[in-house]
Amino acid sequence: MKNIVVLLLFLSLNLFAQKKQIIRDSFNVKGVCIMCKNRIEKSVFKLKGVKYANWNIISQNLSIIFDSNKISLDRIHKEIAVLGHDTSIKRALDEVYHNLPDCCLYERNNKDYLDR
Amino acid sequence: MNKKILFIVVVLIFSKINAIQDFDAQKEIIQLDSLRRLDEVIISTRKKTISKSYLQSQNIINISSEELLKAACCNISESFDTNPSIDVNFSDGLTGNKQISMLGLKSPYILITQENIPSLRGGSQTFGLTYIPGTWVESMQVTKGMGTVINGYQSMAGHINVELKKPLNVDPFFLNIYRNVDGKNELNFHFKKKVNKRLYSSLFLHGNNRIKKIDKNSDNFLDVPLTNQVNFINRWQYIDLKNGWISFLNIHGLTDEKILGNINYIPDRDFKSNKVWGSQIKTNRVEVSFKLGYVFPDTFYNSFGFQISKSIHDQKSNYGLRVYDINHESNYGSFIYNSIISNTMNKFKVGIDFSYDNYRENVDVFSFIRDDKSIGAFFEYSLDYFEKLSLTAGIRLDKHNRLNTFITPRFHFRYSLWNNSSIKASIGTGRKAANIFAENQNLFGTNRLIQIQKNGGSIYDLKPEIAVNYGFSFLQGFSAFNRQGSFSIDYYKTKFINQVVVDWENPQSIVFYNLNGESFSKSLLFEIDYSPFNNFDIKLALKEQIIETDYQSGKLQKPLTPKNRFFVSISYLDYKKNTDVDNWKFNSTLQGIGKQRIPVNYNQPNGSFSREYFLLNFQLTKVFSDKLEVYSGVENFGNYTQFNPIIASNQPFSRNFDSSIIYAPVNGRMIYAGLRFNLTN
Repeated sequence: MKNIVVLLLFLSLNLFAQKKQIIRDSFNVKGVCIMCKNRIEKSVFKLKGVKYANWNIISQNLSIIFDSNKISLDRIHKEIAVLGHDTSIKRALDEVYHNLPDCCLYERNNKDYLDR
Repeated sequence: MNKKILFIVVVLIFSKINAIQDFDAQKEIIQLDSLRRLDEVIISTRKKTISKSYLQSQNIINISSEELLKAACCNISESFDTNPSIDVNFSDGLTGNKQISMLGLKSPYILITQENIPSLRGGSQTFGLTYIPGTWVESMQVTKGMGTVINGYQSMAGHINVELKKPLNVDPFFLNIYRNVDGKNELNFHFKKKVNKRLYSSLFLHGNNRIKKIDKNSDNFLDVPLTNQVNFINRWQYIDLKNGWISFLNIHGLTDEKILGNINYIPDRDFKSNKVWGSQIKTNRVEVSFKLGYVFPDTFYNSFGFQISKSIHDQKSNYGLRVYDINHESNYGSFIYNSIISNTMNKFKVGIDFSYDNYRENVDVFSFIRDDKSIGAFFEYSLDYFEKLSLTAGIRLDKHNRLNTFITPRFHFRYSLWNNSSIKASIGTGRKAANIFAENQNLFGTNRLIQIQKNGGSIYDLKPEIAVNYGFSFLQGFSAFNRQGSFSIDYYKTKFINQVVVDWENPQSIVFYNLNGESFSKSLLFEIDYSPFNNFDIKLALKEQIIETDYQSGKLQKPLTPKNRFFVSISYLDYKKNTDVDNWKFNSTLQGIGKQRIPVNYNQPNGSFSREYFLLNFQLTKVFSDKLEVYSGVENFGNYTQFNPIIASNQPFSRNFDSSIIYAPVNGRMIYAGLRFNLTN
């Protein structure tokens, strides 16, 4: 019985926590042009839980706002890398990178990743 | 067992606390981030002073304060002289007043807002544009077609929003002096005070007058009125970016006096005498408005805004033996909430607004008293799908004591076929109560008999006006010889379902009646912008307008409105790289105004058409430093004037007297000069 109470307590607290957890973040995403901007933002907007995404061409920074109870930051990084754009923590597969549209073929510095 | 529970609870609490701490840490990072952004290098190119958006779903032309400087005199009615989308005409031959029109329809059909609060309506309809000095204006947004449902149901042909300079951004001191050869003097002072880092205040003072009597065409009537205006606005701005609060308090007051008519008219001596025809128009106006906005600091896409305003407008005037007084008290308030549906590509706005207007008018020997009350709710959804597509769909429901309960839908759509292009389409409805006297004040400068053909409606016994407007526009940017340019084609049609027709076709009377048949306005505008070399811009525009109404005497093209217009404007900046200021600025506008239908009148008993004519304006500005600039210019360089602008000026108390048949400038060439001085922060 007491176990059930504990479980209920735990669940209710968890439910409370699950309401909405809005997080703002920004990180580096490799890209070149307006086309990349559309690619990156589109891929992020597709994800449920992402509220806002804006990639700045000059600073190469992606600002995002998302609900961490619906989506994890890791998942967002992964989604962008799958598209071929390296992020500050996820590297795109070489074959995906080479298949990027010409204008989006950013310069890759392999050193960045050897350090990790 | 109890220990276990305690343990779990403690762990949970700790994890919560940690989460909160994490959250706080994140906040700090964000703040640092936003601070760091200040160091970003800003790459700027010279912005266009008039710009159209490729991305907005509505057809909005943005006019910057730089563009306003191209017509240095005096208030916003002149500032549209350099814009082909808006036509500026003299409303009559006496007051020197200019009236604007869009898509072939005069200003009552355009919603004019000051910082999104409806202004220039009712009592201020005729002279309202002269109450906003050009130096006060930060920018203007001109929307063709219906505009948005957020600002109300009134707009039919367009929406002009005027943004005034904000206390936070203005220079601590600004001075503008202007004078023209026709004896018009203008003085503008701006002051700013920073109370603390969140509270700013500004005070703008404006005065203008003319005491010199001008009668170049020797008809014994003043070509331009004697004027005297004192006008001020005091603004307070509270801004707390960290917590997301912003607020404005505005106090605007003015007193304006005009004397017009016979050059020998002395108001005190000749008031209501039937020897010397003259007119005196005295206006006092005060307006107070308050705005409060809140942006949720963590989720900036959630915000709300609240605004409330009250104005009292009092005009007392006599025109010869005629009288027109209007006292208009207006109250307006709105609340709007902005948010998103799942993400920022899908935004919505929802809110309510109300207005309460009280009109008291004396028209010759009649009095009219009326209350207009309305309350409305609106919802607008907008989708922005990157460069490809955007749309705005809005709907509002209003309950009005004279227009009943009605729905106003408005829809805007934009699609980009390929790079640097956009196709826009819009459709929507609008309606309004016609303030027949305030909107047609030029009738008092005639001895026409006023007739209202009552049909049991609720506004002067007439039914309200309802129109549908739809339009298309195509905008394409191009590059030729390595230089940027753009061209656009706009087509709009406004079709009246009901209208209060103003019938000037009988020279002895003016008749107001509800539309019986068809009434529409079609407008086609073709525009090219190009900069053939550095700092040199050229704009060409061609316009064709067909405005037809079923009058009681048959279907006719709208009188005193040209079918065709063309427009060429050039601007040049002589920019020296080593000085950081523009040394010389030159701009010129040439307009060709097509034939206009002149209704039957005493001089032309069969009616006729006016001749085409040209108007050429230019202006030269010398910028000495970022503090001082001097300018001089010429309006109507070709000195084209209308022969005999006032019909029967020698018998002003007869039935034939008429100053409303105006199709060309009354006043000829006008040379002006002025200076601007400001202290920068």
